[in-house]
Amino acid sequence: MNSNAPLLQLKGVSKRFGPVQALNDIDFEVRPGEVVGLVGDNGAGKSTLVKTIAGIYSPDEGEFYFDGQPVSITGPKAAVALGIATVYQDLALCDNLDTVANLFLGQEEIAGGVGEVLRQLDEVDMEHRSHELLDQLSVTIPSVRSEVGTLSGGQRQQVAVARSLLGEPKLVLLDEPTAALGVSQTAQVLALITRLKERGLGVVVISHNLADVFQVVDRIFVLRLGSRAGDFDADQTTQEHVVGAITGAQFGDKPAGENRSEGDR
Amino acid sequence: MSTPEQAAPPPVAVESPRADFMRRFLSGDLGFLRVLIILVVIWAIFYSQNDRFLSAQNLTNLVLQITAIGLISVGVVLVLLLGEIDLSVGAVSGLCAAIMAVLQVKHGWDPYLAIAAGIGAGTLIGALQGSIFAYIGVPAFVVTLAGLLAWQGALLYVLGDTGTVNITNGKIVGLANTFYSTSTSWIIGVVVIVLYAGVNLWGYRRRVAAGLADQAFGPILFRIVVVAGAVVAAIAIFNQDRGLPLAALILGGFVAGFQYVISRTKYGRHIFAVGGNIEAARRAGINIATIRVTVFALAGTMAAIGGIMGASRLLAVNQSSGGSDLLLLAIAGPVVAGTSLFGGRGTVWSALLGALVIGSISNGMDLLNYQSSVKFMVTGGVLLVAVIIDALARRQRQAQGRV
Repeated sequence: MNSNAPLLQLKGVSKRFGPVQALNDIDFEVRPGEVVGLVGDNGAGKSTLVKTIAGIYSPDEGEFYFDGQPVSITGPKAAVALGIATVYQDLALCDNLDTVANLFLGQEEIAGGVGEVLRQLDEVDMEHRSHELLDQLSVTIPSVRSEVGTLSGGQRQQVAVARSLLGEPKLVLLDEPTAALGVSQTAQVLALITRLKERGLGVVVISHNLADVFQVVDRIFVLRLGSRAGDFDADQTTQEHVVGAITGAQFGDKPAGENRSEGDR
Repeated sequence: MSTPEQAAPPPVAVESPRADFMRRFLSGDLGFLRVLIILVVIWAIFYSQNDRFLSAQNLTNLVLQITAIGLISVGVVLVLLLGEIDLSVGAVSGLCAAIMAVLQVKHGWDPYLAIAAGIGAGTLIGALQGSIFAYIGVPAFVVTLAGLLAWQGALLYVLGDTGTVNITNGKIVGLANTFYSTSTSWIIGVVVIVLYAGVNLWGYRRRVAAGLADQAFGPILFRIVVVAGAVVAAIAIFNQDRGLPLAALILGGFVAGFQYVISRTKYGRHIFAVGGNIEAARRAGINIATIRVTVFALAGTMAAIGGIMGASRLLAVNQSSGGSDLLLLAIAGPVVAGTSLFGGRGTVWSALLGALVIGSISNGMDLLNYQSSVKFMVTGGVLLVAVIIDALARRQRQAQGRV
């Protein structure tokens, strides 16, 4: 899994909000086809890190490499243009629109018609592509033409993830994708994450739920008070170690399974 | 991957198209059918009291009476879809009609130029209010409330000391007082039916050809039959009286045109998105400010067009033009006919149907010689009932997990 070059690499990224050091000298990388779990306590800097990658915050210091090239992510649009898609916790779906409309919102396809502004939407083609996309991801919803508001939380989350894939991204950032979901719905979303991985996408998952994290991730990156507190291979560590790193209980002590301490670089 | 969720999909999934149709009808998604029933009941009541109510002459008058309010409501629907409100449309309609009348009558402008100036004024006013709302962030309610006062003042200023401007120009008067001959009326009716059926059937065929035939043919056929029946009945009635009025064609044209815009174009889709979840719309890259400014500009434009049609019918603009209950009825109409006050749900048809309901009540009570006091109370009651139905439908949607 880690044999290929990193898709995204952050070196020495720091971010301050006034007196608060939100991110402190973070080195972070994601490889193609790798799912990285980003964990940490409240205020540890998970969201700040994701928003920095997504271009919402600009870092105070640090270098970004995407596909091996040095890049500067100047804003959300620059991130999207690079191939970084972000699915936020609050989903950002329109409940009053159907799945097709939500998937293509802001990037609708236009059929023939009179005048530039009055061109008709190509509903048939959009619906076709929606079916294709959802089938590829094995997402099952009652009808792509029923309002998104009628879907369950898990289905809505899957639609939100599917929506992010329309732009053919290489890296998908998922902010708390399983928060507030039931058991079976969580399973659906986790299965979807596995399929993203199978498609060769890099995936970063923020989660509070370590059980979920362990089911799908290859690597777990722990943040604590804005600093890197651990970086574990998922199959060589235990939840206890990760919890220890999150809470700082094992601070200064190298837990079993940690494979990327500073000396390794 | 198979999960328990797939074994137990929500009930919506297993509904047959017909059951789905019934549920949507009852829960208010098909509000237009509900309002048709309300309309039939109102007509039956007035007809039982005075059989002249359903005479060709009175129904033609009814259509002429609702033209102005219906056109204003078209703009109101767009604003309601955003989840906003425009309280200035009444005052704007009066002011723009006055601008047109004063330019043509007092300054001797060409009538078409005067009409264009009146409409343009409405567009500018709407764009100004929309900009204050979109860029400065003042709530639309407050901006347009200020507008309501200011444009009423502007109306008095434009009219000057005479207070009333009588319109005699044939072209302006002709807008609301032109009737087509029997044969022309039928030709127009047939064209409308063929266009409507053609668009619907063509769309259905394309879906079938693309293998997306999950949409039942029944409702489409039903819709075509209902529309065709309504058009044939309307033309037959108009022809018994003076013929198809140009005003009805103008109203119908704007309603159909804007319905196309909101349901079939990218711009319309974005209006619904902003009204449904503004954050989602912003993240999807939709320019919220542009949508807001243009929608308010369109509302101002439609208010001006409605005001000009009203002036044409009444042959005059005076100090009370666009005042009184016009504003409230223009907002009440679409709401009665199923457009949500909460944004993101509605149709432009509701402008037409709502104006018909409210116009019918007003017309019928005039016919029965009720006083204004009773008219206002009954109209208020109907509005309240309609909004209660809307709120109940919303609650039912929420109970089904649909917000």
